[in-house]
Amino acid sequence: MKPLGDVAGVSLAERVQAAVEAAGRHAEAVDREGRFPAEGLEALKEGRLLGLAVPPELGGEGAGLADIAPICTALGGACASTAMVFAMHHICLANLVDCGMESAWHRELMNRAAVDQLLFASSTTEAGVGGDLRQSICAVEADGERFNLAKAAPVISYGEQTDAIFATARRDPEAPSSDQVLAVLERGQYELERVSTWDALGMRGTCSHGFRFKANAPTEQILPRPFADIAAESMIAASHILWSSVWFGVATDAMAKAQAFVINEAKKSPGVVPANAAKLAEAYARFRTIEATISDALGRWAAMRAAPERAATVSFSLAMNALKVSVSTTALQVVEDCLMICGLQGYKNTGPYGLGRHLRDIHSARLMISNDRIMAGAGQMMLIQRSPAARRA
Amino acid sequence: MMEKIRDLIDQHAGLPQGAAEIGDDTDLYRQGMKSFASVQLMLAIEEAFDIEFPEEMLNRATFRSAAAIARAVESLSPGSLAA
Repeated sequence: MKPLGDVAGVSLAERVQAAVEAAGRHAEAVDREGRFPAEGLEALKEGRLLGLAVPPELGGEGAGLADIAPICTALGGACASTAMVFAMHHICLANLVDCGMESAWHRELMNRAAVDQLLFASSTTEAGVGGDLRQSICAVEADGERFNLAKAAPVISYGEQTDAIFATARRDPEAPSSDQVLAVLERGQYELERVSTWDALGMRGTCSHGFRFKANAPTEQILPRPFADIAAESMIAASHILWSSVWFGVATDAMAKAQAFVINEAKKSPGVVPANAAKLAEAYARFRTIEATISDALGRWAAMRAAPERAATVSFSLAMNALKVSVSTTALQVVEDCLMICGLQGYKNTGPYGLGRHLRDIHSARLMISNDRIMAGAGQMMLIQRSPAARRA
Repeated sequence: MMEKIRDLIDQHAGLPQGAAEIGDDTDLYRQGMKSFASVQLMLAIEEAFDIEFPEEMLNRATFRSAAAIARAVESLSPGSLAA
């Protein structure tokens, strides 16, 4: 087995650092122009970081979420759009690794993902289902050994830059809306007609335009497991852990700016503790809970993967939902704290303490899968969770 | 027991067709059972058989079909199958 880290004598830390620097150099332009973070992605490919999670026997390095999460954080501190593209790509890859190992076609795709550093995107949201991941209107329409799929997709992040799109759909035209599958469509097998343009408050480089998506491909490209299982055992956990890690990165960089600002204040008036130092400590206390929450989720993820049945229990799902809601809310609070600490220097778009991009980017966190929707689902699960408190009552 | 389970599926799973029309091994999720319906079904089964599902059994697989539910009930309350 190839050790996780060295590729052509370059360590993983060095590979990540190079990508972080490339992403950071172009972050402002990406944000201002609302363009794809091409330089960051090029550096990720150069560092062989897009195939990191592919199992070693298929040409990758077998990285787990615990390895990918800190990379999302490091990138998130430099350019949240690059970090989110990297995270979303690795969520797709996690679906393949977790649920595609028994399929010859998907194994071969994983091999190509590692060798050619392919980029993956997903299309789960669909017009008409109100943002519910677990419902589809469009259906796989089998035609011999191939199938057709047409989907109205209000957003497909970096749909125009990706090498393949992972799309949810009903199993067949007669299937109920919740009986979904996940199909992988490669570029050349689909047409994308752009119907809306992503000109958003933040995360502007993700280029999450709206499309009419039409595909035709062999049926072997549909993942064998029902999407409900893929969602419960792979996608939801991977999404919440990696997204949270990106947001943690944004908060980390905001904290660094706020701390630098307070240190600079201290230098200006020796012998006096700056007035906003206590506020910085308060922000730090909040900030610390983010890393602790992510680390707890990674532990639960590892335990779930190690269990013989690998099934996602109610408590596991509740913990993943809690992670997303908690980190998306706390990271925003931390960035707002940092703005209050830096004052107008933080409000300005120029200068070393500017926090405008961080604030705009982090505002997406509570919305990408709305926290209200997540809590509505979690509320149902609370009815059956077997916590010690529920047993005592 | 199977009859009791089928009754509960009829009342709680929210399927378009009756439980009598589907096989013991038919995948209830593929028939259209949604997550909240499966929560209701699970609570009804606990009450009907006077059992409490432990944490590790609270997953999709346990409630996938009438037969899977029967196996779960039997494992928690041996002898229910014959009743």
